[in-house]
Formats: sequence, C-alpha cells, structure tokens
Amino acid sequence: MSTTLSVNGKTVTVDVPDDTRLLWTLRDVLGMTGTKFGCGMALCGACTVHLDGAPTRACITPIASTVGKKITTIEAIGADSVGQRVQAAWLDLGVPQCGYCQSGQIMAATALLRQNPRPSDADIEAAMSGNICRCGTYPRIRAAIKKAASAEGGSR
Amino acid sequence: MSEVPARLDIVNLSRRSLLGVTPAVGLILAVGFPRFALAGDEPKYGADGMPHAWVDDPLVFVAIAPDGTVTITCHRQEMGQGVRTSLPMVVADELEADFSRVLVRQAQGDEARFGNQDTDGSRSVRHFFEPMRRCGAAARTMLEQAAAAQWGVPLAQVSASNHEVVHHPTNRKLGYGALAVAASRLPVPARDSLRLKSPAQFRYIGKGEVRIVDGPDIVAGRGKYGIDTRLEGMLYAVIARPAVYGGRVVSHDATEALKIAGVVRVVEIPGTPVPSEFQPLGGVAVLATNTWAAIQGRNALTIQWDDGPNGSYDSTAYKASLETSVRNPGRVVRNEGDAAAAMKSAARLVQAEYYVPHMTQAPMEPPAATARIVDGRCEVWACVQAPQVTRDRVAKRLGLSADRVTVNVTLLGGGFGRKSKPDYAVEAALLSKAMDGKPVKVTWTREDDIQHSYYHTVSVEHLEAGLDASGKPVAWLHRSAAPSISSIFGPDPKHESAMELGMGLVDVPFAIPNLRLENPEVAAHTRIGWYRSVSNIPHAFAIQSFVAELAAAAERDPKDYLLELIGSARRIDPHKVRDSWNYGESPVLYPVDTGRLRRVIETAAQKAEWGKPMPAGSGLGIAAHYSFAAYVAVVVEVTVSDKGELSIPRVDIAFDCGPQVNPERIRVQLEGACVMGVGNTLLSEITFKGGRVEQTNFNDYQVARMNVAPRDIRVHLIPADFGMPLGGVGEPGVPPIAPALCNAIFAATGKRIRRLPIGDQLST
Repeated sequence: MSTTLSVNGKTVTVDVPDDTRLLWTLRDVLGMTGTKFGCGMALCGACTVHLDGAPTRACITPIASTVGKKITTIEAIGADSVGQRVQAAWLDLGVPQCGYCQSGQIMAATALLRQNPRPSDADIEAAMSGNICRCGTYPRIRAAIKKAASAEGGSR
Repeated sequence: MSEVPARLDIVNLSRRSLLGVTPAVGLILAVGFPRFALAGDEPKYGADGMPHAWVDDPLVFVAIAPDGTVTITCHRQEMGQGVRTSLPMVVADELEADFSRVLVRQAQGDEARFGNQDTDGSRSVRHFFEPMRRCGAAARTMLEQAAAAQWGVPLAQVSASNHEVVHHPTNRKLGYGALAVAASRLPVPARDSLRLKSPAQFRYIGKGEVRIVDGPDIVAGRGKYGIDTRLEGMLYAVIARPAVYGGRVVSHDATEALKIAGVVRVVEIPGTPVPSEFQPLGGVAVLATNTWAAIQGRNALTIQWDDGPNGSYDSTAYKASLETSVRNPGRVVRNEGDAAAAMKSAARLVQAEYYVPHMTQAPMEPPAATARIVDGRCEVWACVQAPQVTRDRVAKRLGLSADRVTVNVTLLGGGFGRKSKPDYAVEAALLSKAMDGKPVKVTWTREDDIQHSYYHTVSVEHLEAGLDASGKPVAWLHRSAAPSISSIFGPDPKHESAMELGMGLVDVPFAIPNLRLENPEVAAHTRIGWYRSVSNIPHAFAIQSFVAELAAAAERDPKDYLLELIGSARRIDPHKVRDSWNYGESPVLYPVDTGRLRRVIETAAQKAEWGKPMPAGSGLGIAAHYSFAAYVAVVVEVTVSDKGELSIPRVDIAFDCGPQVNPERIRVQLEGACVMGVGNTLLSEITFKGGRVEQTNFNDYQVARMNVAPRDIRVHLIPADFGMPLGGVGEPGVPPIAPALCNAIFAATGKRIRRLPIGDQLST
C-alpha cells in the first residue's frame, strides 16, 4: 500500500491506501498541519495546495492521483518569490483574523498571481470565491492581492 | 402574563465561587478580589459579575527572562478578534516594554489563577483593559524599585522607558533583563499605589500600529489550532451522532467499519438526556490511525436510532406556529402608556412580521479536541472559548475533581459562539477513557458541524405601530417569539431569558409614549446556542426594518425619521426599561445613551453622503443598533439588476465603543462583522425536517464568499477619551447589517424583505 509522493521538493513514502485523500495524508501521516480541513468536499478552499503549480483541493484528491506531480503546501510557499510577496502583503495589511482559512487563501492567491500578475477585481473574485473566510477578511484579501501584484516589480 | 424574572445567570451553573479558592503558589498578593466591597446580594457588574472575576497580579501574567524577553500571558482565547495581541499590548504599554521583545503565552483553563476566561459577549478588552494595565504598571514599578535599590538612589529619580530603567540625574540605564530577578523578589505594589500612564503617554494603546502576534505563524501555516494537535500514539476519531436532539443509539453494527484499513476500534458514547447543556449528544465513535480512515469507518457503520420526542421538528410547521404565537397576546416584558388605546385613536396603523431562521456558526475550523488520561489526570488540547467551563465539564463527566483536568487552549479557527460549548472536548475525554487513557483526537467533519450544532434561534417578530396625522408613531407593539438558549440548561422556560430580551428588544431606545413589548411562549426542539450577536440579530432586523417601513408610510426620509424616533440626546437607565441584564454592566456606567446613537447615525449618513441622488436600481439603506455596550450605524449601498442580481458597492459603518484600545483590530472586526452580516442576510439558513437538519455542508448551508461581500467597507470610528467606559467590539457590528441592507434594497427596488435569508426573493 505504499505510495511515493513529492512534497515541497522532498520525496516521501506513505503507507496508507492510495485512495486516502492528500489532505489527511499531509496532516495525519506526514504531520504537516498547515494545510487545513474545512469541508471535505472542495467547497471552502481551506485545504488548497499546489499540484505542479495548479491550485488543488487536497481534501478530495486521492494520493494516487498525485504520484509523479510536485505537491507544494503552505509550509513551503515562502520559498517561492510570489508566495513570499503574498505572505508579506498579508502581514502588511493585517489580513488574518482567526487565520484558519488563510493557508488556503494564500495558496489560492499565489497561484492566481503566478498565472495572472495583474489581476482585475473580477479576476480576483473569480479566483478567490472558492475560498471561504468566516471572519470576513475578503476586503483585505482583495487589497493584499493587489498589493502583492504591485510589489512584483517587473521580473518574475 | 407574568413578569420578567430577575437577573438570569444561565452560564454560571456549578461554577466555583471566588472565595474559598486558594492560590496554588505563593507570592500572589493581588488575586482578583472585586474592586469594591459589596454587600452579599448586591449585584456585581462588569468583570466583577463574571465567575472568578478578574486578576491583576503581575506575577501571574508577566515573566521577564535574563535576556530581557518579556513573556505576557493571555488568558482569553484567540479566535480572530485579536485578543492575543490587544491584551498583551496593554500590559506591555504600561510596563514600558518594547513589544518586539514580548512573547505571548496562552493560559491554561484556570480561572482561580487568571480570572474569568469565558471568551464571549464582546467582553475581553472591556473587562480586562484595566486589570491588564494594572499588571503592567505594577511590574514596571517593581523594575523601577529594583533599579533604584541597585543604584541606591530615590525611586523618584528613576523611570522605566522602552525596556530599560533610567536614572535621570546620571543617565545610567539598566535593562529589564538585568533587573528581572531582583524585581521578582519585591512585593507586588498595592493597587492604589500604582501610577497608571496618562493616555498621552501610551505607546501602543489606541495607536493600532502593533501587528497581530500570530500573523507570521498564520501566513506560514505554523499556527496551531485545535484540529492540529498531534500526540505520540494518538488515535483519530469521528463520531456518528443522533440526528435528532434527544435521540439515542438503539443498536449498532461495526462489522463493516472494522474491516476498513486503519480503523482500530468502534466505541459507543452514551448520550446526555435533554437538556444536555454542554455534554455530548452521544453516538458511535470510530477510532482509527488517521482521520480519513475514521471517516470511512463511520460511513460503514450500521446504526439503529431512536429519534425521541423531537423527531417531528419541522421548520415550515414551526414558522407557522411562531406566526400564530405572535398574533396573540403573550407575556408582557415592557409596557408604557396604553398602546392598545393609542392604536385605536391613531390616524393609521402599520403592521409587519419578520422572520429570521436558524443559522449555525460554522467556524472554518470545525470543533476538534484531543484528550489523554495518565495516572488519573486528564489533559485536553482544544479550541475552546471557555477553558474553565471545559475543565469543569470534562471533570464532571469523568468523575474527576477539576484540579485533575488540564485544558490547553490552542488557537481557535473561528468561534462565533460555537466553541463556548465544549461538548467535543468531553467527547475526546470519554474516548480516551474508553481507550485506557490513550490520546484521542475527535474531529468534527463539516457535516457534523452543520447538523449537530447549537443553533442560532429562529424567530418571528411581529410589529404594529399607530401613526398620528403627521406620520409620527404614537403607539408601538412588538411581539418577539423565539426558542430560548435557556432550554439547553434546564427545563425549557419557553420564553426568552433576560439576556435575550435585553439584546435589542426591551432596550429599544425610542421615544414613543405608548409602547408594549411581549414575548409569547414557544418551545425549543433543538440545541439553541449563542451565535455572534445572538438575539440582537432578529430584534435589530425587525425593528430597524419596521422603522424604515413607517418612514415610507409617512413619506419621510428614513434617516430623519429614525432620528426623530430616537428623540433627543438622553441617557436611558436600562433597569427602568425592564432590561435587567444590560450586558452584565452597571446601569450607571452603561446607560443607553441616545446622544451617542444619534451621533453614529449622523456620522454614517454624512460619510455615505446620505441623500445624494442614486441611479435607477441603486439605493442607500440605513440602520442603527446598540448592543454589547457599543453604538453602530450602517449605510449600505446596493445595486439590483433587472434580473434581481444584487451587488454591494459600498458600506459605511460608524462605530462608537468608547475608548479604542486597538483601533486597527476594531476596524477589522467591523469589516468582518459586516461580511458575516451580509452572509446572514443573503444566504444562511438551517432548516429542520423530521427533526433533522436538512443542510449538510457549504453547498447547501451557504455563507458569504468574496463575490457577494461588499467591495468597499469604510469604518468610521468615533473618538472617545480613555475616561469613558469601554464597549464591546466583536459582536455589535453584525445586527445593523441585515436591516440596512434590506432598507437599501427597498430604496433601490421598492421591494420589502421581511424573511431572511433573501435567497432568490429578488429574482422572483
């Protein structure tokens, strides 16, 4: 039952059934709790990770489907220049309240900015409306994404 | 029709009294004795009135290491309101500590040591600003005394400044680290000897320049929430609970569940008879080596349930029964003049009913708790708003004394009232006990959270007004029918408690000569619980919508009409309007000040350019509400398309909570309250059928997402000096949102919303 995954640049082998969801594999098997559980049905975005750079809901993703792909989680997003700018903007604008959804928000925002360095309001809404925040930090998330975009400085 | 009962302290059952608790360690001179000696049954207010009141001992809250690192204990729970920043910041300011050299430590549940820890009611800064200032000032004084002694100079020649003590005549300096040991050996100065800073000397308080202490951890995924606890050898549990409140397991078959890879054991948890208070609902738990396996195991269980007497609870039928209730006289909770007679002679009558459904808190982190039992001692790690309550309930259920239970509090991934009830921590403790003390983490799935919550009440509010020839109300009748939170604590009183009535119903601040408020009898059929702002939500929705309806009937501007109804600036004694609760605050220090209410209305209106011409399909709505000792007015701008698509380009919020300790976090709280209020108004509804919640997850229990949130939320804080009493912050922002939004929709479209959520009402 062992499956080999690439998580944040490291190769790891886990010994659980290969339909086990990536979320619980990260959290319970690998002890990486930065990726959060919110709904289990890809409805809230709290568990967002990157699979080969694409934002992916880990809660519905069986580990079998991630084999051979690069998994990036919130724990490593600061190693990415866009991720780092997003984190900095989040702190500068005081985005987090309880903070629980922010791992997923930051992963979604980073994926957006990597794909679209100058998103419009409509682009931001389209990319971020899958991520729920019960504290209601949306106005600041929107502003922080714009700030991270403007901080980009030309080259990527 | 009976009278309102006197103060009803429903949350204080079985709490240990302050007296009789001996501090566990020495050197504690200033354990929280109430500020003034009060006769036995004289009421206590504010923090004094809470279980275990407050503590202001620096030896409890402040530790200084030889390297100068200051560790400040936060005894209130962080759930997004910023308290782990705001209260330590207050201590640090009076301590003259450099906040960049401060670490924040989270207290365990121990109210005898720390004072009250129930993090609810928008009380943390309101109740602990002063004790935390005194903590900081006392510690600062001890450092100054230690420095003066070391230099052999008079105390008057030294003062603390930014993490060091300075001897002014010689400009000698000693850092806090160097003074820590000597200072800790000094007696804590007497409370009345402390020199508190003047507000002009504040370094952090009122500035809003300190970033939240957990921010760097949060953005890197390092924040530890209840669901993140990991212990050696821990099992992961999910529980199948009775779908109906009061239901129970008749039998279960675990054969298939035990075949799932990773499933270790299946355990039945006995339920708790109704009213179940904070104890578990019971059910069948699946324990496994990871959460996914536990969920799969639960799916494979076969369980026979007995639904019990609430198996016929049906929201459609219940709404009809509430409507019947409010169309007949009920218990009178406030009566002035003769509303019935005045109605008869009024020039015209206006009547409306408003419905607010059950809702659930749905914090993004669902309930989760971990427990283990070693040598007859239970240790819990959990995201709980009330750790002492958790400790007491775990102890009670395990048959241990509370001192054999330790509750470690993690960050809370949202609370909103759900995590005031620690049933999930008791579940974890029971499962650990069943596994011979092995560590067990209970995780609630989102379905569990949505289907087994403590729900916001459901209510019908019936209002009637008699207007004179000029359109001015001369008579006002309001009947409010809603199942009470009290029903989880004891026999269902079938009436709103003093707390619920005091949330915007009896304390309605209008100058109307003939006013009658009634609360008809209704029974509860599910667990009712606090949800951010609680009964203020339906009361404010109904009253502030109805005022706009009256203004329309009178062909008056709604803002001017609202101000006229409030009348002149005056201070209303809550007890004189039959509000015996008053958020637990003194009626003298905390009257309802209509001048402050007028000011927020005028401010919001002015900032939003109230009265400006609006394009077709757009409109402004206004509402104001007093709750949790704070005054809020909101102007919402909406645009509604021909197809009924709603957008909210802008919201202006004027807020007066008295002195602002952390204005940056106050703004954030109001933004968040606005977004949550928009979700409540547009989307959120829990319904029951056959006693069961019909919603399952965020697909059918909808909450605000970015695409429905207002684009631009502008918060306007009313300045206040630090001599004034503090108000609450976390909750007051929610109640005025729904009526302001619905009033804006009326202005834009002429359509009046009286039933929440709005759902598809604008497109049909």
